[in-house]
Amino acid sequence: MTQPRPIYGLMAEFKTPEQILAATQAAHAAGYRRMDAYTPYPVEGLAEELDLPRTRVPMVVLIGGLVGAAGGYFMQWWAAAHDYPLNVGGRPYHSWPAFIPITFELMVLVAALAAILGMFFLNKLPEPYHPVFNVPRFDRASQDRFFLCIEATDSHFDAVATRALLQSLQPVGDVVEVPY
Amino acid sequence: MATEAPLPTTEARPDHLPSDEPSYLAPGHSFRTVTDKISSIVLARPTPAAWLICFAINLALLMLLAYAVVYLLVRGVGIWGINIPVAWGFAITNFVWWIGIGHAGTLISAILLLLHQKWRTSINRLAEAMTIFAVMCAGLYPLLHLGRPWFFYWLAPYPDTMGLWPQFRSALVWDVFAVGTYFTVSLLFWYMGMIPDLATLRDRARSRFAQIGYGILAMGWRGSARHWYRFETAYLLLGGLATPLVVSVHSVVSADFAIAVLPGWHETVFPPYFVAGAIFSGFAMVLALCIPLRFFYGLQDFITDNHLDAMAKVLLATGFLTSYGYFIEQFMAWYGTNPYERSVYTNRAFGDYAGIYWTLIFCNAVAIQILWFKRMRRSPLVLLFVSYLVLLGMWLERFMIITSSLHRDFLPSSWGVFRPTFWDYATFAGTIGLFFVLLLVFLRLLPMISISEMRALLPGTHAHEEGR
Repeated sequence: MTQPRPIYGLMAEFKTPEQILAATQAAHAAGYRRMDAYTPYPVEGLAEELDLPRTRVPMVVLIGGLVGAAGGYFMQWWAAAHDYPLNVGGRPYHSWPAFIPITFELMVLVAALAAILGMFFLNKLPEPYHPVFNVPRFDRASQDRFFLCIEATDSHFDAVATRALLQSLQPVGDVVEVPY
Repeated sequence: MATEAPLPTTEARPDHLPSDEPSYLAPGHSFRTVTDKISSIVLARPTPAAWLICFAINLALLMLLAYAVVYLLVRGVGIWGINIPVAWGFAITNFVWWIGIGHAGTLISAILLLLHQKWRTSINRLAEAMTIFAVMCAGLYPLLHLGRPWFFYWLAPYPDTMGLWPQFRSALVWDVFAVGTYFTVSLLFWYMGMIPDLATLRDRARSRFAQIGYGILAMGWRGSARHWYRFETAYLLLGGLATPLVVSVHSVVSADFAIAVLPGWHETVFPPYFVAGAIFSGFAMVLALCIPLRFFYGLQDFITDNHLDAMAKVLLATGFLTSYGYFIEQFMAWYGTNPYERSVYTNRAFGDYAGIYWTLIFCNAVAIQILWFKRMRRSPLVLLFVSYLVLLGMWLERFMIITSSLHRDFLPSSWGVFRPTFWDYATFAGTIGLFFVLLLVFLRLLPMISISEMRALLPGTHAHEEGR
């Protein structure tokens, strides 16, 4: 027998959020870990069924906010009290209450940039090519259908057994291979 | 389509929903119909004639703006009616008015997100777009008002060869940071929320050009559960960041006035009074946009009468907060016994600008009282009329605060009256054109309602938005 062409994984299509949740649960119970669900909107509970680790996005945002606040305050202190001290109405050079608004704004700015760029970075976006797009019906994942893909790199993956498992979950049509 | 499974539709309302909760989506919709209806506005349906007419009118106004700005750059700010004592005139009035309008967009997208208000879903995309375009219009005015707009970059803190820094103790510099942050965060929030919808458009587009264009903007979004998990976390955090931001922005704008010692400006009530007024005028603009849009595009299923009702209630509540500001200003002037303060407030009500004062009191405090009646809150025509009155009233309020305070300060020898010129009006009309041109282009090219969030709004969908 010739070596089969390597594939990314096997994919099943479902109609409802209940089905994708049940299918993910069943696949997880069968020991699969390297898999992903693709849905047209965020289905609550999928992250738990997939056993995803806690996201690092909040930590990235916290660090961004602290950097923004500290950097913003330092910039104002450095400019107004150190580099070019300017006497305005006899007020102290290090007039901290007047520095609070810009400190706050820069905290929000850097934290927001961290939230969005951090989300993109952790999601590895932009990623124009991905094997799942090779599945002809996958355009429905952004519209009205729910897909579960078990990846070939999973240690439990077996071309026959995995297909049988997915097929037993009553997907729409047949389970399809996801080619590279 | 008959062959499609009729899964989950709004007819099958789950039992745990209280029956008296208003519905924010007409019955009979499914994932497919929601997707079809919103994306077809951009991808399939022909450009409506009303769109073309509006675009032509507003493009003409935009050309007027270009003309007015070029003339301003050639001749200087003297073409406007501003002079001493009223040096701020229309430019700053328009700045405060436009930026206030933007605030409703952030309130809808961020604060109502945190409060789990379902009715935000069908209007948040449009309201966020309104925010971005309004802030663009607002940002033009302080720049043009600088006198030498080509040196605008002196406002940025960068190590220049002159060895100078911006004056960080000045409220005007705070403004640069507040408005800059506000614009950046609003734009990113808007774009990020749109990525799943851009993927939908990419997958539904027929023409190669549209597929590639939306494909680039969608960044390869594939709806992975891992991606959604981080996306939702980031989106919620952005909502949490934008909420204090929106309050801070108009507070900083009010500090432009409140920090000064001028009677009529030097008020501790200004930050909350300005923020309430901003949301008030912004909701009026959201209504003024939503009502014609749902009519012309037939979106009554998504922007329901219940939405109008909810927005009208916000309008009424923020109108009262703003009216409280008018009342407490007058009260403190009387109670504080400062003769300059008293004179300014007497002058507002009975002086050169009395007509403006009483018109704005009518628009902002009296006209909204009709919204106590449920039938009026659900009547698009009444709401449209009230929202126009509020937009006018809020513009007059900003004008009143700036002009009536400046035109008579401490020294009678330096009193004067502000008279706007043709160029003042032309620039204002021009930014209205700019706003609507941007908005119309947005309506034509991008989904005006968040498709992915509308899908989640269907009952039985296991999403955060569902069934609350």
